[in-house]
Amino acid sequence: MLSFIGRSFFQKIVTLFFVSIVSFLIIHLAPGKPSQVDPMNPKFTPEMVERFRQAFHLDKPLHVQYLYFYRDLFSGKTISWKDNQSVLKKIGERFRNSLPLFIVGTILTWTISFPVGIRSAIARGGIYDRSATFLSYFLISIPGFFFAYIMIILVVTYFHVPVIGMETFGINNTAGLSRIMDRTWHLMLPSILGATGGIAVLSRYVRGQMLEVEGQDYVRTARAKGLPADQVHYKHALRNALLPFVTMFGLILPGLIGGSVIIESIFSWPGMGRMAYEAILSRDYPVILTVNFVSAVLVLAGTFVSDLLYMVVDPRIRI
Amino acid sequence: MNVNENAASVNFVLEEPTAPRRTRLQEFWRLFRRNRLAILGLVFFVLFFCTALAGLFLTSGPDPVFDPAQIRLQEKLRPPLAKPNLDSLQADEVPTFGIYLFGTDDLGRSVFARMLQGAWVSLTVGFVAVGISVLIGIFMGGLAGYFGQHHIRVIHVLSAAALATGLGLLAAAQVYSGALFIVVALALALYRAQNGAPPARQMPLWHRLLHKKTLTVDTLIMRFVDIMLCFPSFFLILTVVALLPASIYNIMIVIGLTSWMGATRFVRAEFLSLREQDFVAAARALGLSNFRIIFRHMMPNAIAPVLVSATIGIASAILTEAGLSFLGFGVPPPHATWGNILSDGKRFIFDAPWLTFIPGFAILVVVLSFNLFGEGLRDVLNPKLRERQ
Repeated sequence: MLSFIGRSFFQKIVTLFFVSIVSFLIIHLAPGKPSQVDPMNPKFTPEMVERFRQAFHLDKPLHVQYLYFYRDLFSGKTISWKDNQSVLKKIGERFRNSLPLFIVGTILTWTISFPVGIRSAIARGGIYDRSATFLSYFLISIPGFFFAYIMIILVVTYFHVPVIGMETFGINNTAGLSRIMDRTWHLMLPSILGATGGIAVLSRYVRGQMLEVEGQDYVRTARAKGLPADQVHYKHALRNALLPFVTMFGLILPGLIGGSVIIESIFSWPGMGRMAYEAILSRDYPVILTVNFVSAVLVLAGTFVSDLLYMVVDPRIRI
Repeated sequence: MNVNENAASVNFVLEEPTAPRRTRLQEFWRLFRRNRLAILGLVFFVLFFCTALAGLFLTSGPDPVFDPAQIRLQEKLRPPLAKPNLDSLQADEVPTFGIYLFGTDDLGRSVFARMLQGAWVSLTVGFVAVGISVLIGIFMGGLAGYFGQHHIRVIHVLSAAALATGLGLLAAAQVYSGALFIVVALALALYRAQNGAPPARQMPLWHRLLHKKTLTVDTLIMRFVDIMLCFPSFFLILTVVALLPASIYNIMIVIGLTSWMGATRFVRAEFLSLREQDFVAAARALGLSNFRIIFRHMMPNAIAPVLVSATIGIASAILTEAGLSFLGFGVPPPHATWGNILSDGKRFIFDAPWLTFIPGFAILVVVLSFNLFGEGLRDVLNPKLRERQ
C-alpha cells in the first residue's frame, strides 16, 4: 500500500514536471510577443519595450526563462505583466469569488443526478426513463451560452430579480436580510447553469452503472429469495453501483479552478475563469501559466485521491 | 447404400439453415431501427449534411443565390418571414424568393443566408477536428497496444534528440550545424539497424550502453496521454486559438490536437485484448506482416468504440467551435458561423430575439442529433448493453 502511494506520487511529480515544460513551450513558441500587445500605443516606445523585456527576462533564452518563471512561482514572487500585482494574490482573490459557484454547483449536481439516475434505471424503458434520457441529451447538447440567455430572459421577466454580477451595485448600504437575498439570487442562476451539464452526464452514468449491477447474478438471487423490491434495489444493487462514484469525488477537484469561462463572462462574475480569459486576451503569460500549473496540480491531486479512495472502498484493488 | 444415406442427411441439413441468414449490416440495421431517438438523430444528421453542402454552393462564388454579405442598412432587424420594402432596395439587393426567411440582422444581412454559410463551418469543424483526433488516436493507441511491450533504447533517444536538434537548427537557418546533427541522427539509426540483434555479452561497453533499455513504448505513450489530460481542455484551446492568427483551420487543428486522448485509450485497450486472441496468433503464424495484421485483422474489431466516441466527439467539437465564436475567437468577422451570429445578435435579444434563437436552436438540434445517433450506435455495437430478450 505504502509502496503504491509512493510510486503513484513520484509518477505524478514527473507528470507535473512535463506539464510545466509543455505549457511553457506552448505559450512561448506561439507566434507573437507579449511585448507587442499594444503596438499602436504611442507611449509604448522601443526603449519601453526593451525595458519591459529586461524586467521580465524576455531577452534571455527559453530555458533560462523557464527556470526564472518556476523559481518565482515556487517562491511566490510571480507578478502579473499587466498590473504588477502578485499572481498568487490575484488568483486567491478570484478563487474566493468562484468558490460559492463551485460549491453550490457541485451540491446541485450530486444531489439531483443520483435520484434521477437511479429511478430511470429501476423503471427502465418506462415513460420516466425515456423522458429523463431525452432531457439529459437535451441538456448535454444545448450550448451553454444560449441556455444562459434563455434562462436570463425567463428569470428576469417572471421573477424580476437581478442576475448579472455578484451583487447589486450599492447593496452594501442596506440591511442584512435583503443583502443575503440579493447575493443568493445572483448566485443561483450561474450555479444552476454550471451544474446542468454535470447533472445530465452524471445521471446517465448513474443509470448505466445501476443497470449493470441490476443485471448481476447476486441481484437475481436476492430477487429469487423473495426480498421486497426496495431492499433489492437499494441494499443489494445500489451499494455496489455506488463504488465508482466514490472515486469520482477526487475528480471534481479540477472543477475548482476550471470554472466556466463562458458562464462567468456572461454573468460578469469575477471568478477564476474570467480572470484566465482576460489574461489570455492581454497575453499575461505569468497568469496563464500559473492558472495552468495550478489546475494541473488539482487534476493530479484529484486522480491521486481517487486512486486512494478506490483502494479504501474496493478490497480487490489492494494487492 | 450407407454412404448415400449419409450424403442425403448432409444435404438435408444444408438446405434447412438453422439460424436466420442475415449479414452483419442487416443485423445492425434491425437493432438500430428499434431505437427511435437514434433514428431521429440519423435523420437530422443527414438533413444537416445536405443543408451544409447546399449552403456551401448556394452562398459562395461571385454571384451566390443567397448572398450572406449583402448589407442593406435600410432593412435592418426585420423579423422572420418579413416582406422586403421594395421601394428602398436596388434590384440586386432584393433577397431570394422576395422574402426574409429568417429575418435580417443589425446590418440588414439575410440571416437565412448567413445560417447556410455557417452550417458548412460547423460541419467541417466537426468532421476535420474529429478526423484529426481519431487518426492520432488510432496511430498512438495502435502503437501502444501492438508494439507496447518493446523497449526504447538509449540509442533511439539519442538519434531522436539529434534529429530534433538538427531540424530545429535548420528551421533557424543554420544549415551546416543542422545538417551535421541530421547526419549524426541518420548514422545512429543506421548503426541500430545493422545491429538489430540484442547486444551480446562480448560487445564493447559503449555498445551495451547505447542499447540499454529505458522505457517501453506503452509507458511513453500513456504517460504522454496523462500529461495531455492534465490541461483543462477548453482553456487550453482558448489559449492556443487566442495566440494563433484567427482562421478556421487553426481551430480545427487545435481542437483535433487536444482531443485525441480518448480514442488512444480505446484503441489501446481493444488492441491489448485482441493481441492475445487466437485469430491474431493464427495470422501471425501465417507470416503476415504487422501492417496487415493491424489494419486488416485487428482494426475492424477495434473500431466500434472509436466510431461511437467520434460521433459524440463531433457534437462536442461543434459546441466548442460555437463557444469560441461566441467569445469572439475563430473565424474572422465577414464569414458567418452559428456561434458568431448568436454572439452578434445577443445585443438585440429583446428587440430581435430571432438573432439569438435561430442559431441557438440550430446548434442545439445538430449537436443533439449527433449525440443521439452516437448513443444509438453505442447501444447497437456493444452487445453487453443490449436489453435482454
